[in-house]
Amino acid sequence: MLNRIVANIQDIGHRVIDSVWRLGNASRFFILVLLKSGTCLRRFSLVIRELYYTGVLSLIIIIVSGLFVGMVLGLQGYETLQKYGSESAVGTLVALSLVRELGPVVSALLFASRAGSAITAEIGLMKATEQLSAMGMMAVDPIARVVAPRFWAGVISMPLLAAMFSVMGVFGGYLVTVVFIGVDAGSFWSQMQGAVDFRFDIINGFIKSCFFGVAITAIAVYEGYDAPPTAEGVSGATTRTVVTSSLVILGLDFILTAFMFRGIS
Amino acid sequence: MQSETLIEIRDLNFAYGARSILNGINMTMSRGKVIAIMGGSGSGKTTLLKLIGGTVRPSSGYVNVAGQVIHQLDRDALFKIRRKMGMLFQFGALFTDLSVFDNVAFQMREHTDLPESMIRDLVLMKLHAVGLRGASHLMPVELSGGMARRVALARSIALDPMLIMYDEPFTGLDPISLSVIGSLIRRLTDALGTTSIIVTHDVQESLKIVDYVYFIADGVIAAQGTPQEVSESVAPFVHQFVHGEEDGPVPFHYPAQAYRADLNLENNLA
Repeated sequence: MLNRIVANIQDIGHRVIDSVWRLGNASRFFILVLLKSGTCLRRFSLVIRELYYTGVLSLIIIIVSGLFVGMVLGLQGYETLQKYGSESAVGTLVALSLVRELGPVVSALLFASRAGSAITAEIGLMKATEQLSAMGMMAVDPIARVVAPRFWAGVISMPLLAAMFSVMGVFGGYLVTVVFIGVDAGSFWSQMQGAVDFRFDIINGFIKSCFFGVAITAIAVYEGYDAPPTAEGVSGATTRTVVTSSLVILGLDFILTAFMFRGIS
Repeated sequence: MQSETLIEIRDLNFAYGARSILNGINMTMSRGKVIAIMGGSGSGKTTLLKLIGGTVRPSSGYVNVAGQVIHQLDRDALFKIRRKMGMLFQFGALFTDLSVFDNVAFQMREHTDLPESMIRDLVLMKLHAVGLRGASHLMPVELSGGMARRVALARSIALDPMLIMYDEPFTGLDPISLSVIGSLIRRLTDALGTTSIIVTHDVQESLKIVDYVYFIADGVIAAQGTPQEVSESVAPFVHQFVHGEEDGPVPFHYPAQAYRADLNLENNLA
């Protein structure tokens, strides 16, 4: 009995130590990626190539999701606001929800599952098939040549994708409320213009998505590089990328929101 | 005047944690020779290649390549000497996102400032040497195992290295591809004047092409000699290995307690 209790406590201890160790290792890796970014920033074509895979190929899912989220927001917002006779404020509701929260957060969640998982799987498989070792033996640093370009491509694409998501969302809201339901277009746009502040709403949303971009791609490249070189190892790493990034996005969102929007009435 | 010896390994020990892999290895490899390192799976052959390439550090002893002690080099010096080494990985390890052409051109683009037209000519020459000039536009996924290995061979000779290491180059190949790879290794070694180290357990194919053989078992050199000496050897280990016998100095059974005790026969009879 006593032995079992001791074993359980030891198990908890091991898990904690393991997690702290992994966190330390990930931080060290992150710093290493930043230090070795010189090559890919000088040879920017490496980043552009990855921008296509992480950014351009994520466009479809971002555009379609943004459109539908905006349409649903418009529909739900209209249903509630018209009870109080203020359906013309629906534009404000759609725009503020998207620019402040849904744009950065939902696009980051989609980006983590679409591009983050792909980055982890690709780097993990390159490791499993000895491509990274081969590169090292050719005197080319895999962190500088493989990891850093993917990291920067993710960091650059995330805010652009979030902006695209918000734009499509606003368009979706317009489509449903103005075109289909018949809310006055003039009041839809003018109320939106009046309520959305460039500094507080758009810039803050942009900063959020930059943070998410760094977090997602840092997690994705680390998980890929750290994956055990087996089929289970790579699949486990891919799952961890999506789960960890999603949790980090939501946690970071709360923290950033608390700092950014405090004191705004 | 370059010295005849390219690689000198002295009293080399290596351990993963408490598990000892190599114990007191001594080898001398001359320029322009093809040397085979043979041994059963898990005998530490691949680790030896990693020690020569400097991807792992020895516990004690040293590997000297072209007058430089590998584990004492800093990162830049290590990368500099690696540019003169080629390595063929077990399954080729081609970059799957690059075409055959770009795979072979990879090192030239990374390490030289050659104009693209010259890179094109060099790549086609390397691919021609392995008979795959016509496949330059293909992606690695479109190649058979033997072709992938040949492309990897072309990639490893891209910068005319002084040393090429082959990690199990014959694994999983059909008989034709197998002898193609074998003769390519020999021909390229002779044509380029490089030194080749082949880690393998394919005895018959490698004895045809190599100049010298080391057998490794349990982390030590169990036997060594020219292919002829090896074929005629009566030493029990070499005999078992060369003739593929099931039991001998390398036991069939993994170490275990006595069979009768494991089946609890002793208790029941008592």
